[in-house]
Amino acid sequence: MTAALSISQLSKVYDDGFEALKGIDLKVEEGDFFALLGPNGAGKSTTIGIIFSLINKSGGKVHIFDRDIDEDFARAKMDIGIVPQEFNFMAFEKVFDIVSTQAGYYGLPRKLACERAEKYLTRLGLWDKRNVQARALSGGMKRRLMIARALVHEPKLLILDEPTAGVDIEMRRSMWDFLRDINESGTTIILTTHYLEEAEQLCRNIAIIDQGKIVEDTSMRDLLRQLTREVFVLDTTEDLPEDLQLVGFEVERKDDHCMEVVIDKGQHINDVFTQLSDAGIQITSMRNRANRLEELFVNLMAQKSSTAETSLSYAAGSAEATS
Amino acid sequence: MNNYQKWVAFSTIVNKEIRRYLRIWAQTLLPPAITMTLYFVIFGALIGSRIGTMGGFTYMQFVVPGLIMMAVVTNSYANVVSSFFGAKFQHSIEELLVSPVPNYIILMGFVIGGVTRGMLVGLIVTLLSLFFSELNIHSLFVTVSIVIMTSILFALAGFINAVYANNFDDISIIPTFVLTPLIYLGGVFYSMDLLPDFWAGVSKINPMVYVVNAFRYGVLGVSDVDVRWSFTMILFFTIIAYTYSMHLLNTGKRLRQ
Repeated sequence: MTAALSISQLSKVYDDGFEALKGIDLKVEEGDFFALLGPNGAGKSTTIGIIFSLINKSGGKVHIFDRDIDEDFARAKMDIGIVPQEFNFMAFEKVFDIVSTQAGYYGLPRKLACERAEKYLTRLGLWDKRNVQARALSGGMKRRLMIARALVHEPKLLILDEPTAGVDIEMRRSMWDFLRDINESGTTIILTTHYLEEAEQLCRNIAIIDQGKIVEDTSMRDLLRQLTREVFVLDTTEDLPEDLQLVGFEVERKDDHCMEVVIDKGQHINDVFTQLSDAGIQITSMRNRANRLEELFVNLMAQKSSTAETSLSYAAGSAEATS
Repeated sequence: MNNYQKWVAFSTIVNKEIRRYLRIWAQTLLPPAITMTLYFVIFGALIGSRIGTMGGFTYMQFVVPGLIMMAVVTNSYANVVSSFFGAKFQHSIEELLVSPVPNYIILMGFVIGGVTRGMLVGLIVTLLSLFFSELNIHSLFVTVSIVIMTSILFALAGFINAVYANNFDDISIIPTFVLTPLIYLGGVFYSMDLLPDFWAGVSKINPMVYVVNAFRYGVLGVSDVDVRWSFTMILFFTIIAYTYSMHLLNTGKRLRQ
């Protein structure tokens, strides 16, 4: 299968000496729905900025559908659509003009550009706003406008940098449905997001970047398998005893009708239900305390930072020993 | 991109530029019309009648070509500097930078946008001048070609200014402290013959001298500078400005990180 995006040994050192990318390798297969996650300042936006040419790379190679961007960036760009993190359209332009003008930049004749603008503005629920200046749109509408603009030349690879930031949950879910449809119709999607539920819901494969290095690159399923423990929140009908205990489980009483229970790998939640039932306590609802991917991500980042601290203290110790 | 796609991209940029300055016509087309009318009234009709002739023409006839070129120069420059810096400021320039449009098409699109505004304002000012003075064109070829070349040159200069500008002050400093003095000292209001030899020599490094005199030759048939030399110098300055603009775009200086 062709790789939609192939990155090898990509590095970036900014003028101030900051090394944002330290020779990363990444491959995204055609048709994939791929998540690129990482904490703030990890190198996600730098990676994306290099792919769509707003940042000059310091080293390494980037191929888009097997085309080397150093050799034919213009042709490679025809296959990419980008939805940046920040709003980057002319606020005084009308919605229709923004989308149809972008189509013109990709060489689409005026008639086709207008048809495509209508198609995507309609699909994203913005057709009624076509004659409105972009500055008058709500935050969610502005995000959708940027998606319509990115799709107007019908790219094979769509890259979305925090597409649902600041968007309400209802709008976010409708955008997820739209992105799923686009992906199912064959468009490869790469997504960066801080909403880890979003990545878990949408993406099949995932890479985690931290301090300019890829620290995980695997399928979402395999990553979630690494989760060794989950915390569930249980709501009960009956009052919970002050000295609540369940044999074999870590439990925390939150209030009279709410408790948290930790289920380690190999344990069964049925045993919790049985013990509570035996104690005459009925459960009315159950949920994960946090999104599973979020829990894993936080654990992973915590591990990395403790490793970094250990290395630092080791390095400091070595330095002390030699001085 | 094939040649047709490049043409579509180019015409898209030009149309966008034209749409922009027509949308804000009260800021782009009206002020030069009013300013130049005041110049015609004050320098031409009121003061000019006391000055007498210059270069064998009435003072009004003498200053009209210079004032038309002043409008062309300032508007070609202002269009590109404000449009490109505005796009940079609002980050909408990224729409173009991420697209496959070649850099020379981006540059040409903005420059031709500036040229159309310069020429449109030039036409408005020319029509206004007819209320104050007769306008007999000595050489249509020289007149038209010098307007086009001049507006290209100053549109390129506006582009360079926009790339380097970090804030709105930066796009007004050059027009105020460089462009306006060059125009005023470029022979719009006086003949080079009136200057002492030293200052007449210094004036030769001012591109406005060639612009104003070549245009005056096109209209009146008189010039302080050989018109062929004027064409050569304008072409020389244009090549330098184009080469430097392309260097800025190709290296991504101040546009890409």
